[in-house]
Amino acid sequence: MTAQAPAGASGPGADTMRGRAGSALRAIRWYWSGVTGADAYERYVGHLRRARPACAVPTKKEFWREKYADQERNPTQRCC
Amino acid sequence: MRTELHSVDVQRTDPDRPPVAVVEPDVITGRQKAIFAGIGLIGAIAWAMIAIVRGESVNAVWFVLAALCTYVIAFRFYARLIEYKVLKPRDTRMTPAEEFANGKDFMPTDRRILYGHHFAAVAGAGPLVGPVLAAQMGYLPGTMWIIIGVVFAGAVQDYMVLHMSIRRSGRSLGQMARDELGLVGGTAAIIGVLTIMLILIAVLGIVVIGALAESPWGVFSIAMTIPIALFMGVYLRFLRPGAVNEVSLIGVVLLLIAIIAGRWVAESSWADTFTLTPVQLAWALILYGFAASVLPVWLLLAPRDYLSTFMKVGTIALLALGILVARPVVQMPAVTSFAHSDKGPSFAGALFPFLFITIACGALSGFHALISSGTTPKLIEKESQARMIGYGSMLTESFVAVMAMVAAVSIDQHIYFAMNAPKALTGGTPETAAAYVDSLALVSPGGAALPPIDPALLQSAAEGVGEASIVSRTGGAPTLAFGMSEVMKSFGGDSLRSFWYHFAVMFEALFILTTVDAGTRVARFMFSDAIGNIPGMAKFKDPSWRIGAWVCSLIVVAGWGSILVMGVKDPLGGIYTLFPLFGIANQLLAAIALTVVTTIVIKQGLLKWAWIPGLPLVWDLIVTLSASWQKIFSDNPAIGYFANHDKFVAARDAGQVIAPAKSMADMDKVVFNTAVQGSLSIIYASLVVIVVLAAAVVCAKAIRAGGLPTAEAPDVPSQIFAPRSFVATDAEKQVLAEWREAGLDPSPQGVHR
Repeated sequence: MTAQAPAGASGPGADTMRGRAGSALRAIRWYWSGVTGADAYERYVGHLRRARPACAVPTKKEFWREKYADQERNPTQRCC
Repeated sequence: MRTELHSVDVQRTDPDRPPVAVVEPDVITGRQKAIFAGIGLIGAIAWAMIAIVRGESVNAVWFVLAALCTYVIAFRFYARLIEYKVLKPRDTRMTPAEEFANGKDFMPTDRRILYGHHFAAVAGAGPLVGPVLAAQMGYLPGTMWIIIGVVFAGAVQDYMVLHMSIRRSGRSLGQMARDELGLVGGTAAIIGVLTIMLILIAVLGIVVIGALAESPWGVFSIAMTIPIALFMGVYLRFLRPGAVNEVSLIGVVLLLIAIIAGRWVAESSWADTFTLTPVQLAWALILYGFAASVLPVWLLLAPRDYLSTFMKVGTIALLALGILVARPVVQMPAVTSFAHSDKGPSFAGALFPFLFITIACGALSGFHALISSGTTPKLIEKESQARMIGYGSMLTESFVAVMAMVAAVSIDQHIYFAMNAPKALTGGTPETAAAYVDSLALVSPGGAALPPIDPALLQSAAEGVGEASIVSRTGGAPTLAFGMSEVMKSFGGDSLRSFWYHFAVMFEALFILTTVDAGTRVARFMFSDAIGNIPGMAKFKDPSWRIGAWVCSLIVVAGWGSILVMGVKDPLGGIYTLFPLFGIANQLLAAIALTVVTTIVIKQGLLKWAWIPGLPLVWDLIVTLSASWQKIFSDNPAIGYFANHDKFVAARDAGQVIAPAKSMADMDKVVFNTAVQGSLSIIYASLVVIVVLAAAVVCAKAIRAGGLPTAEAPDVPSQIFAPRSFVATDAEKQVLAEWREAGLDPSPQGVHR
């Protein structure tokens, strides 16, 4: 699950300014993708690999089609 | 299996794996004591400045400090008390997210991400509108209710409902009501939830229309959000599936262009095309709501939701920054004369009970119970995180409400009242509006009488924000936008004011349209589920049956659409007559949620602690039922729907036309509207009374038996670990290190720093 690992893990370049800026950017990206749900596909693939390694992994396009179809059947509430 | 580690209880469910829970004793170190004492002191000084010292100029920064310090203390001490004494989370127990993980809607999610996710789902236009209307009574009553209310009511409700739904496999509020209160109480709760949603959607629609009517700039930029959302939907479907952030950024840029282009449209020959009356806008909104509910999710609803989340978080951050930079001085007195009379122009009725229903979102919002049950429990990693997500997110929404209050009370009082009084009072022109606000005998915060206002000032204020008029722009959204344009003057000066005004109108409208389309869809599903239970109608339960979906959508849209049209045609103004009903509906939903929660606490044999949800429940029942009582039985026509009804029936039968009606047709409208509004009040109040009585029977049984079994799901031992709050404690860091040493991910997503 390295794809979604947030920044902040101290790597060799972490001390340099660029390294820090890069890791801050990665942290923001990780956070924001989580809040908006942009990382849904990566999370799902991670889940399949861990929990059901025998299962075929859908393509990104298939996954998102299925996800919106799910939303069609199960609407989520937004508040006032 | 347990091992002691520095007096911290580290719990394992599998001897061969690292610990899954850390239970730390509730001891507070000397250093922490000093920090919390300092925060408490700053908060006390800030409260003293706004409540006791007052004076001629109160700076808005004191509001921010009073709120933040109170939140910190409440989160650390009161929420902790609820955790230790009532909810007693067990992190050795699997949450629904872990137990039913499917990588999609059930999935353990990092607590900080889930906090943002939950906040984005609960916060909308509500906390921005109520405080603006309540500002007519002065800044103090509203601010106190927002902050004290959230600590003892709103955040308690959200937190406890979230916890109880986690313990019940993520079941919804309606399902929990059926399980815990029995068939009658449960059915009343479900009908209550469904009908209350209709009034919520309708009143939010009236708020949008108040901001967009006769404003070609606003209408153009909102209309553009539809093609922008369609473009984003097609982009995500066919060009770059899953590129959510990328397409959202493109969407936000297009949105900003649409706001800027709105000015050109308003100044061009197209202006007439985009100048719509309230009734035209109401029909446009009804068509939109229907289309959004039957069109595919990927085409309109999902992309609009991404856009709305981006704008929500961005704008709230911007407003907070603006207030801190501009540090505006409050113009409104702490308490105005409208707090004691029922003559307030933006909503009728005295402080008690009407202030407490006008400000629902931000202090206590029943709607949140629908998010706290159902959506969030399926994503939470650990039971103990419910405190930071449920209680914490609601504190954040309360802070948004405080900022809306600040924006409203820091604009000129004349402008505030000219904007928020209905046309029947202001007459609609700068001259008549100036005469009206002068007649209010307004005083400065220090108590000095304000000099009369030059009508030209109202006109130049309108021109300053790029509008033809700001007189009687009711509904709260335009006032907030005006306040925000004042606050944001720090960035770009006067020249950008009209941009910020329309920016604020746009984002409020965007939130509300998101709620309208999502709400219509959810209500449609609830409705088809409900009628699917009627013998012979089972086919309605099948969501893929298109005809059924269309029929149910039509019925739901007709339900809120008829209230919406009624509101915009109302001679007194829809906000003035319907906003109380919106507040009552939202708070009655809270009463249902708190009733369910209190019943569960009593069933668990925790009678001693039942006051924690019981206190806000009793308060909420007193407020909403006395407000309903007044709306139904008051003989003052300004407050009682039926008193007003009788007054207009008598006048009509005598062949008279009385203000605010201007014709016999207007008289008929008032007669009809008051009858509908009064009947709705009766329905809502009765449903809640039924729920409470059903709960009282269950509670009495539980008290006699010394507790009853609840519908809690059996424990399944957890296999994962995650810290409980925003920052991991030392003991939690040690456990995380243990997981790393074992070469294992503490949680499936493996992202704990």
